[in-house]
Amino acid sequence: MISADIHTILPEILLAAYAMAALLAAVYGGKDRLAGALTWASAAVMALLAVMVASGGPGAASAFGGSFVVDAYGRFAKVAVLLAAALVLLMGQGPLERRGLLRFEYPVLVALSVVGMMVMVSAGDLMVLYMGLELQSLALYVVAAMNRNSERSTEAGLKYFVLGALSSGLLLYGASLAYGYAGTTLFSGILGAANDGHVGLGLLVGLAFIIAGLTFKVSAVPFHMWTPDVYEGAPTPVTAFFATAPKLAAMGLLGRVLFDAFGQAVGDWRQIIALLSLLSMFLGAVAAIGQTNIKRLMAYSSIAHMGYALMGLAAGSEQGVQAMLIYMAIYLTMNIGSFAFIMAMERDGKPVTDIASLGLYGKAEPLKAYALLALMFSLAGVPPFMGFFAKFAVLKVAMLSGLAWLALAGVIASVIGAFYYLRIVYIMFFGEEGEGLETPMGPVAWLALVGSAAVMLLGVVNMFGVEGAAAAAAQALLR
Amino acid sequence: MENHLLSLITFLPLIGAAILALAPSGDGPAEQRNAKWLALAVTSVTFIASLFVLAGFEPSDTGFQMVEEADWIMGLHYKMGLDGISVLFVMLTTFLMPITIAACWNVTTRVREYMIAFLVLETLMLGVFMALDLVLFYLFFEGGLIPMFLIIGIWGGPRRIYAAFKFFLYTFLGSVLMLVAMIYMYIEAGTTDIPALMSHQFGTQSFSLLGIQIVGGAQTLLFLAFFASFAVKMPMWPVHTWLPDAHVEAPTAGSVILAAILLKMGGYGFLRFSLPMFPVGSEVMAGFVLWLSAIAIVYASLVALVQEDMKKLIAYSSVAHMGYVTAGIFAFNQQGMDGAIFQMLSHGFVSAALFLVVGVVYDRIHTREIAAYGGLVNRMPKYALIFMLFTMANVGLPGTSGFVGEFLTLSGMFQADTWVALVATSGVILSAAYALWLYRRVVFGELIKESLKTIADMDARERAIFAPLVFFTLLLGIYPALVTDLIGPSAAALLEHFQASLPDMAGAAAATH
Repeated sequence: MISADIHTILPEILLAAYAMAALLAAVYGGKDRLAGALTWASAAVMALLAVMVASGGPGAASAFGGSFVVDAYGRFAKVAVLLAAALVLLMGQGPLERRGLLRFEYPVLVALSVVGMMVMVSAGDLMVLYMGLELQSLALYVVAAMNRNSERSTEAGLKYFVLGALSSGLLLYGASLAYGYAGTTLFSGILGAANDGHVGLGLLVGLAFIIAGLTFKVSAVPFHMWTPDVYEGAPTPVTAFFATAPKLAAMGLLGRVLFDAFGQAVGDWRQIIALLSLLSMFLGAVAAIGQTNIKRLMAYSSIAHMGYALMGLAAGSEQGVQAMLIYMAIYLTMNIGSFAFIMAMERDGKPVTDIASLGLYGKAEPLKAYALLALMFSLAGVPPFMGFFAKFAVLKVAMLSGLAWLALAGVIASVIGAFYYLRIVYIMFFGEEGEGLETPMGPVAWLALVGSAAVMLLGVVNMFGVEGAAAAAAQALLR
Repeated sequence: MENHLLSLITFLPLIGAAILALAPSGDGPAEQRNAKWLALAVTSVTFIASLFVLAGFEPSDTGFQMVEEADWIMGLHYKMGLDGISVLFVMLTTFLMPITIAACWNVTTRVREYMIAFLVLETLMLGVFMALDLVLFYLFFEGGLIPMFLIIGIWGGPRRIYAAFKFFLYTFLGSVLMLVAMIYMYIEAGTTDIPALMSHQFGTQSFSLLGIQIVGGAQTLLFLAFFASFAVKMPMWPVHTWLPDAHVEAPTAGSVILAAILLKMGGYGFLRFSLPMFPVGSEVMAGFVLWLSAIAIVYASLVALVQEDMKKLIAYSSVAHMGYVTAGIFAFNQQGMDGAIFQMLSHGFVSAALFLVVGVVYDRIHTREIAAYGGLVNRMPKYALIFMLFTMANVGLPGTSGFVGEFLTLSGMFQADTWVALVATSGVILSAAYALWLYRRVVFGELIKESLKTIADMDARERAIFAPLVFFTLLLGIYPALVTDLIGPSAAALLEHFQASLPDMAGAAAATH
């Protein structure tokens, strides 16, 4: 029995074992001299695990009495998380090295946080959920403050930690209420408790607190306050990581909890999620307009995008989950590409984050500028780029489930949001001459930028099979 | 082969753009020349290929022809086809593109990117007129904003940034409302196939929303959502304000495409979507649209009278002429419908030519201010002749294509609403006033301005650009049956379908009472 359990959770164990081995090797071995090698090794291990998870075959399995679930939904999220994390690690190596920040702890901490994320999306029990979430978060708090000599970075780490602790508290409070009223922490048990006629008020209050705790991790309004500061303060390669894998993991976890544990209360939580979605879309769109720092802009942009992804969940249906997963996969690709560019921005060897510094960049480096242009239009949701199909998917499920008002609000927010993406394009191609900008990129970063831009365009043909995988994942979640 | 002809035409320019993008970079004179010639060759080949479409097109068949279909993502379909309404817009696009490319021969900044932008734009424009799937249509319709944004922004005039943003956000806002309506239709009818949606009956049951009684029910709301997009694109008064800004700041070739083809997407949209899919909604809103059109004609003409910028004047005259188009469409009769399509085609030639006429002198003096000119006839007799021809076509002089469109739409309007026709007809006089006055101020009079003393007449390239436009403006003016025979059957079928759907309205109204 135990061996079957171990087999189910093998990828997580392997990654955790790798992380600890790497930590020991670095501490007793070469310290920071090993950082480069560890970066590559971590990326390679994650990529291999992605292949392993992806080839895990169809069907679902659960371990430890149902508290850990491996199904198509979990596999989809894990593959995306692993690949995104591996890519962001490799992209970040060059910029971190140039800023003297390439420490051996970074790849190790990233690997540990990825273990946390993999546990999150496979959680079948509130305790497992919390374990995964905290493992992820603790690793992230530390990497946010990785630039120890920078006030902004340490401030970001501390802010993230304090607010993260608060959200964990909310989550735990909700979990304890759920436990108290359902008599179990197992998702299936909570689902059963809710099934007895109707969802009790106590469970509902617990649910509300759990949602609050989780939306902090997704950075949806009104739990978004930390996002711009942390994005701005953390070293850019770390920001890139924040903007990608953890977002998908948190969204995946949210879907898991809402459907696996509270699948009987869809009508109740739909309203909450729809409201969060509405607020996130509008705040993200409006607040980004005034930003002059591209990292803060991307922070608000990610808040807005989380709003759209939540729209998929708010539909409360299988198509809704599928749309959310498609949205997140496309969002991940766009952000990896955009951050491959942003982390390379520098002048005289110092990182720059000022949007104005992009002035007439399109003349200096047309290829990179056009790749970024494609990504910006895609983020804005303009066809024929994939960003449009992401929005189309969530808008469609929102309309299907009677949330026409939310869809209408979503498209209006997307017009407001289009303004600031266009502003970047305008500054790059016909703005004022900037003070000069260099964007040295390693081959991985270059490939990530140009490749993601190409994917945004070529995905129009068949979406590279993401649609089918997301459909299988959604089906597994709502089996 | 015939099966894929439409896709071939649509994506040929895109392939050309890809080749240009992958070609060795550099912005030297040789690369610039190569880019221009390649773009000219690609657009010319596209035009020739489109002639095969015209040759293979059967006017008496009112259904969609040369249909291609393939499965696509998210349950959508890639479906292309043509009918009598769209075939001429396709021809207009392929015909004008080589002319446009030839017209920007003097551009010297970032030529390769400029050519790529136009080639991509051509693919997207052709796609709009051929798409037979809602989302595919939307993809082409919206995608066109990107190259146009860049064309105005990178190669435009001094206030290009403001103009580019205004153009993009205005049209984007209109279009996203249409997107929501499209998704509703998808869910309601279970398909995004345009021919299937045309025969689908959307709800007409009146209901009340936020205390307002919606006559015509869902159809009226859907109509309004599409109207938001097409009216902005058209553009109709009072949402026309982006057009003068965009026109004035866009480079000559950009203005030509904008006026000649992009504006027609609005009118095409009314014919393809609003009328056949929401007949009741159209009927409910017809009076509103007719009066908006009449106001547009008179208001835009009056505004055109006081313009000091040549391009702005022509932009406002475009708004006025598009007023005839919408009024013709919403008159719901054969004359109005034929006239509207004819007027769009004619305006495609005439407005393109007028923007090119402005471009000719702008290339020489670098100002568009009317006051900076005067007496050009003394130094530029050939230019004066061509300018006069298109001024007359703009006014709607019999013998030019402008007359046919205006006459048909006015007679259509007269049958629908005499008062609207009365107001609109005053626009004919006003258009003569602003167009002739413009001509008088620019071309006639004494040549006293220093800067004009050495101005040269049109060279061979410029004359070659105008030759086909002159030919078609006169040909269609003298023998309009060439066009009306093509569009007639499809327009008649559209009207028949429209009228047949209307009795439902009486039933719905009776049911509510």
